[in-house]
Amino acid sequence: MTTRKISFTLNGEHKEFDVLPNERLLSLLRRNGFKGTKYGCLEGACGTCTVILDGKAVNSCLVFAFQVNGRSVQTVESLGIGEKLHEIQEALVSEGAVQCGYCTPGIVLSAKAMFDENPTPTVDEIKVQIDGNLCRCTGYEKILVAIDKVSKSHNQGGK
Amino acid sequence: MKPVTKMTVVNKPLRKIDSSALSQGKKLYTGDLAPEHSLYVKMLWSPHAHANIKKIDISKAEKMPGVKLVLYHENVPRIPHCTAGQGYPEPSPYDTFMFDKKVRFVGDRVAAVVAETPDQAEEAIKAIEVEYEILKPVFTYDEALADNAPIIHDEPEAFVPIPIPYEPKKNIVAKVGMKAGDFEKGMKEADFTFDELYETPYAQHCPIEGYISWAQIDPYGRIFITTSTQVPFHTRRIVARTLGIPVQKIRVIKPRIGGGFGCKQEMLLEDIVAIAAYRLNKPVLWALTRDEVFRSGRTRHPMRLRIRYGLKKDGTITAIGLDIINNTGAYGGHGLTVMSCAGSKVLPLYHVNNIHFNAISIYTNLPVGGAYRGFGATQAYFPVETMIDVMADKIGMDPMEFRKKNHIRSGEGHPAFEALGEGKPGTPMTIGSCALAECIDKGAKEIDWSKRLPHTEKTSRFRRGIGMSIHMQGSSVPEIDMGSASIKMNDDGSFNLLVGATDLGTGSDTVLAQIAAEELGTTLDKFIVYSSDTDMTPFDVGAYASSTTYLSGEAVRKTAEKVRQQILKVGQEILQKQGFSKKIEELDLHDAHVISLDGSCKVAFGDIANYSLYENNQFQIGAIESHITHKSPPPFTAHFVELEVDIETGHVKVLKYVAAVDCGTAINPQLCEGQTEGGLLNGISYALTEEYRFDEEGKMTNANFMTYNIFSMRDKPEIKTILVPSYEETGPFGAKSVSEVCINGGMPAIANAIYNATGARLKKAPFTQERVWRAIQEVKK
Ligand code: FES
Ligand code: FES
Repeated sequence: MTTRKISFTLNGEHKEFDVLPNERLLSLLRRNGFKGTKYGCLEGACGTCTVILDGKAVNSCLVFAFQVNGRSVQTVESLGIGEKLHEIQEALVSEGAVQCGYCTPGIVLSAKAMFDENPTPTVDEIKVQIDGNLCRCTGYEKILVAIDKVSKSHNQGGK
Repeated sequence: MKPVTKMTVVNKPLRKIDSSALSQGKKLYTGDLAPEHSLYVKMLWSPHAHANIKKIDISKAEKMPGVKLVLYHENVPRIPHCTAGQGYPEPSPYDTFMFDKKVRFVGDRVAAVVAETPDQAEEAIKAIEVEYEILKPVFTYDEALADNAPIIHDEPEAFVPIPIPYEPKKNIVAKVGMKAGDFEKGMKEADFTFDELYETPYAQHCPIEGYISWAQIDPYGRIFITTSTQVPFHTRRIVARTLGIPVQKIRVIKPRIGGGFGCKQEMLLEDIVAIAAYRLNKPVLWALTRDEVFRSGRTRHPMRLRIRYGLKKDGTITAIGLDIINNTGAYGGHGLTVMSCAGSKVLPLYHVNNIHFNAISIYTNLPVGGAYRGFGATQAYFPVETMIDVMADKIGMDPMEFRKKNHIRSGEGHPAFEALGEGKPGTPMTIGSCALAECIDKGAKEIDWSKRLPHTEKTSRFRRGIGMSIHMQGSSVPEIDMGSASIKMNDDGSFNLLVGATDLGTGSDTVLAQIAAEELGTTLDKFIVYSSDTDMTPFDVGAYASSTTYLSGEAVRKTAEKVRQQILKVGQEILQKQGFSKKIEELDLHDAHVISLDGSCKVAFGDIANYSLYENNQFQIGAIESHITHKSPPPFTAHFVELEVDIETGHVKVLKYVAAVDCGTAINPQLCEGQTEGGLLNGISYALTEEYRFDEEGKMTNANFMTYNIFSMRDKPEIKTILVPSYEETGPFGAKSVSEVCINGGMPAIANAIYNATGARLKKAPFTQERVWRAIQEVKK
C-alpha cells in the first residue's frame, strides 16, 4: 500500500511517520505505540479518542492523519509521567472519578485544552467542554466535581 | 468482630488501586495488548431477520489479498451451546452454533473472514456470495405466540441441559411462576382493583469499550485468549465446548475492562478468535464496531407487563398479579433467569399475602437479550413502583407514607425467595439488615418532600413534579455461585492476593484488597492484586448478580483469616525466642505487626515473612479459600427525583435526583457512591431516551451514539447520593451489594414525578418528548 511521509510535533517532539491513505490520526497514534488514546465509536460521537491539536481538543478518529502534517499534537502520554500525575489526573483519581477508566484519558485532554485557554472555568463551562466525552460508569458527578476542584485551585492560586 | 468505626481500611474512601495508571492511559485494555502483527476478523452479518442459508460461496473471498481464513457453517464444528456466562449446567437452552445454516436476526453470524488488515477482511466480506431463503419473521409478542407462528428454533439439536420448560416449537424459551395465598380471593376482598399494561423497550449497556477479544497459541500449543469479559472461567468452559476441545487447552485472561454492565457476561467473540488462532497458529484480533455492538451484542430484554392489584381503603394491599412476556430475541441465554429476578427481586418489597406471578420468555427475530445491570428487576419495578403511586393516589394517601406502611422489614421473609431460583427452586431467606425506612426519611429530607404539591394545583407551562420509588436487589446467587481467593506473604511483608473475581471497572480489586488488609491488620498498599486468569487464579463465577463484594469478598476474608492464624503462630514463635511467652489469644495483628495485647512486645510482618521463608520451620505463609452464600441479602434504596415538564412540548428536564442507599457496610464509600451515581444516571437515561428503533425488516435504525442517546454531562441533573449504613451479619465486615440496585429507580421515579407535575401517567417507556406530550393531551381531554 502506498504510504506518505508526514511530520508533526507530538508531545513536544518532532516526529516523522508513514501514513496510509485515509488513515485517521487515532489509528496512526495507536499503530505507533501511543495506546493512551482509546476509542469507543470511531465516528466522532463519544470523545474517548480526544487529543489536543494545536491547542484544541479534537476527536482523533475524525482527523485524517495527513491533516496534522506540520502541526502540534498532544496525547495523554505527555501528562503525568511516572508517579507524579498531572493535576487533572490527580483530581480525577482522588475524587473517585475513574471507574473503568476507559473514558479518562479523553476527559483529561478535553479538560487540559480548556484549562490552557481558561484556567478558571465555571461549572457550566466545564459541563459544555466535557459534554462530548461519554462515560457510562460514573454518572459524571465525580468527574464534574474533580474538574471543578482543579478550576477552584487555580482561582485560589491567583492564576 | 471490630465495630465498623474501629476499622482502619474497610469503610474508608481509599484510592482505587488501578486508577492512576488508568488516568495515564497505560496499555491495560484488551486492544492495547494485542500483538503487533495480529490478524483481524470481520464478520458477515445477516441482513435478514429470518432466513435459511441455501448456499454460501467463499471461493472469491478466499483468494482476496491478505485473506488467511474464511469460517462458516460448513467448515467449523457444529456443537449446540449457550453463550450466556452462567454456572454449569446453565438454566438456558443450548440453541446456538458457532455458525448455523439459518440466521435468526439482522446481525446474526453468517461467515467470518480473517485477514492481515481490517480493510482486507472487510473487502473479502463483500466477496462472499450467499443465497438466502427468506422466512417469515417474528417480531412481536403476539406473532411469536400465535398458532402456526414461524418456528425460530426448528433445529433438532437445541435442548436445555436441566429439566426446565422449553418449547421451541412454540417459540417459548422458558416459563417461571409462583403463587402464594389466593390471588382471586385477594382481588375479591379489595375495595379497589387495578389492572394495567406496561411496556419497556430494548436498550443497550453501551460500555464505552465495546466487545473485543484476541487469541494466540502459546509455545505448548494451548490457546491463550485475552478478552474484555466479565466471566473468564465461564468463557473458558463455553469456548472449550464450542470448539470441542478440553478446558485444559485454553487459558483466558481479562485485563482492565472498559465497562460491561452485564453485556460482557457472555461468550460472544472468543470462539472465533480461538478457532482462527488455532487454525492459523497466529494471533487473531476481533473488535466490534459500535454499530455491531448495538446490532449483534447483548441488550436489555424488552418486556410487556400486566399488573393487577387489590387494595383496601386503609392502604392494605390484598393481592398482586404480575404477568410478564419477556422477549429474549433470537437466542435464549438469559431468558429464564431474567424473569426469575423480575419476580424474586421485586415481589418481596411489599407485604402482600395473595400473589400471582407468571412469566414467559419468547423467541423473536430481533436482537438478543442478555444480562443487564438490574436484570429483570429493572423492568418489573416500572409497573410495580408506578402502581404504588397510583394506589396511594386512589385512597388519598401520601405515596411515601403508603410505601412506609407496606414495605418489607428486617426479620421478614417472602415466599418468592423460596419459589424463584435459577432453573430450580430458590433459597428461603429472612431479611437481615434493612435500613430502607431510614433511606426513605433521609432521601425525603434531601428532596424536600414536604413541599410536594398535587398536580391539580399546578397551572403554569413549566410544571415541576417530585416523584419517588424504592427498590431492593440481591447479593449473589445463593447455593449456586462460588468465589475463591488465595493469598501468600512475601519477604517484605507484602501480599499477593489472587482472586477469580472479575473487576470490570467497578473497583472490585481494590475492595477485595481492602477486605484482606483489614483482616490482616495491614494497609491496602501492601497488596499486589491479580484477578481473573484461568491459569493462575482460583475459580470465581465472575462479575454478575451483584456478587463480587458479598460473595468473593467473603472468600477473601476467609482466606485472610487463615493467613492471619499462620502469621500469629510464626509471630508467637519469634516472640518466644525473644523471651516473650504469649498465648495466641494474647496476640493481635496491627499496623503490619504481630503485637501483644498488653503492649509489651511486637514483631514486624517483614521479620515474620523472612523467618518463615528462610530461617526456621520454613513454609510459605499462604492460603486458599472458597465461599458460597446461603442467602442473597438485598441492598435497599429510596430514590427521589424533582423535574420540570414543559406541557406545551412534553420535554422533561430532570433537575435533581437523590439516592439513599443501604448497601450494608460500604467497604469503600467513594466507590459505592460511584456505583450508585453511574447506575442511577443509566436508569434516568433508560427512562427518558434509550430505545432500539427498528424498521419493518427488523433492522435497528439507530445503531450509533448520535441517535441512540445515552446521557452526557450536560444532561446530568444535580445528583445526591446518601449512603445509609446497616450491618449484614452474613457479609464481609457487614457488606452487601451496591452495583445493580440503583439502576431501578429512573423509570418509576420519573414516571411518578411526571404525574405529580402534570397528571399524566406514562406506561410505555422511554418517556420521549412525544410520548409525554401525548399523555398530557389525554389528560386534557
Ligand atoms: S472514538 Fe472518536 S469520538 Fe468515539
Ligand atoms: S469510567 Fe468507565 S466510561 Fe468513564
